[in-house]
Amino acid sequence: MKRFAVQDHELVPEHILLTPEEAQQVLMQYGVEARHLPKIHVTDPVAKEIGAKVGDIIKIKRKSPTAKESIFYRLVID
Amino acid sequence: MKLPDAWLKRIEDLDLPVSLKDALKSGLEEAESVTEEQFERIIKEVVEDYEHAKVEPCEAVGVVAAQSIGEPGTQMTMRTFHYAGVAEINVTLGLPRLIEIVDARKIPSTPTMTIRLLPEYASDRDMAREVAWAIEATSILHLGSIATDLAEMNVVIELNEDAMAQRKITAEEVAEKLRDATGLAVDQNGNTIIMAPEEPSYRELLQLVERIKKVTLKGVDGIKRVVIRKEGDEYVLYTEGSSLKEVLEFEGVDPTRTKTNNINEICEVLGIEAARNAIINEATETLREQGLQVDVRHIMLVADIMTCDGDVKQIGRHGVSGEKASVLARAAFEVTVNHILDAAIRGDVDDLKGVTENVIVGQPIQLGTGDVQLVAKRIDEVVR
Repeated sequence: MKRFAVQDHELVPEHILLTPEEAQQVLMQYGVEARHLPKIHVTDPVAKEIGAKVGDIIKIKRKSPTAKESIFYRLVID
Repeated sequence: MKLPDAWLKRIEDLDLPVSLKDALKSGLEEAESVTEEQFERIIKEVVEDYEHAKVEPCEAVGVVAAQSIGEPGTQMTMRTFHYAGVAEINVTLGLPRLIEIVDARKIPSTPTMTIRLLPEYASDRDMAREVAWAIEATSILHLGSIATDLAEMNVVIELNEDAMAQRKITAEEVAEKLRDATGLAVDQNGNTIIMAPEEPSYRELLQLVERIKKVTLKGVDGIKRVVIRKEGDEYVLYTEGSSLKEVLEFEGVDPTRTKTNNINEICEVLGIEAARNAIINEATETLREQGLQVDVRHIMLVADIMTCDGDVKQIGRHGVSGEKASVLARAAFEVTVNHILDAAIRGDVDDLKGVTENVIVGQPIQLGTGDVQLVAKRIDEVVR
């Protein structure tokens, strides 16, 4: 059985794991705490694929039908 | 005209969506000649227009989205079944499907998959058909006939040579599968298979027949039928029943373009972001198919709310509406008495911050200009 990368699927946008410094910068920029961000489970197939841990912040580059590309953030929870 | 690098850089640095930047660039390129002064003015106008077009703070986007989807929804056909082309695969569409999407039902009423194939399989009808047969769940009824011999108290299965060749399975494999599935002795002789129940009783015998009929000999459990359709210059498989995880691993299937209409399954296999995209696609497609045009932004908002917790949750009592902070807002939606009773027992307090609860108590809602509050300082404080 062959395996394929979940991120290659056309429904899945690009997920980028942020370093703690980058994450801090994002929180500063929006003036929010991490718990206010939308969530993603640590068991999510993409989160597993990029090796995210609980408490990390994932940056998602969505393909948007209106803005072409939009940035979204999710906090990894268990 | 060709844009100088400095201008391109200037456009890139603007706080605008990518689509607007692209439109701005191509618009400028088409123009005959633009002076530095004109360029600056164009940029200023574009940014101003963009800021103007943005949703203002305190705008009730949720209410607008609800109405924008709800009003066209009233014009949808109540009960529609659609047959996808000649391939008579039944798919729920119209209002029932829209309800199914926002209710985040675990299994849709008509699960179906769209399987796209790798280039070498997609162009060849015979190869596409082979993939289809490999995926379709094969039961004993596809391969031959099954009969009970009451004199001998056993089940006699006569396999059809052609049917087995077509589905690439041998009599030995069938016997092996049946042995594994039932745990009984299987007597295979050529294309005839004989099985007997543990206890020689009529009841056991008939039950055994039913069990044998249910065994999946080959293919994916739950995929009852696969049909092939030609779309453009590639063959695409449509299925009745859905099992994304297993189908993605099949030889010849293009795992990056294969989809299902089961949103929960997408969430499990491809993640929450894929589920969000699936909600948007399915909802837009359902509305579009009925000839209704709803701005995608409203549907995006619904999809965002449904997926913001990391799971797909429904818009309803067990999801978005049930999680509202306000007791009155929850009570206004469904099961009023339960919410008020529970709140009374717990001693909940309603801050009257939302729309619904303020309408209930007859106060101005905190939206738009109603959200701005004036705080007065006593004059002696100001003077001091």
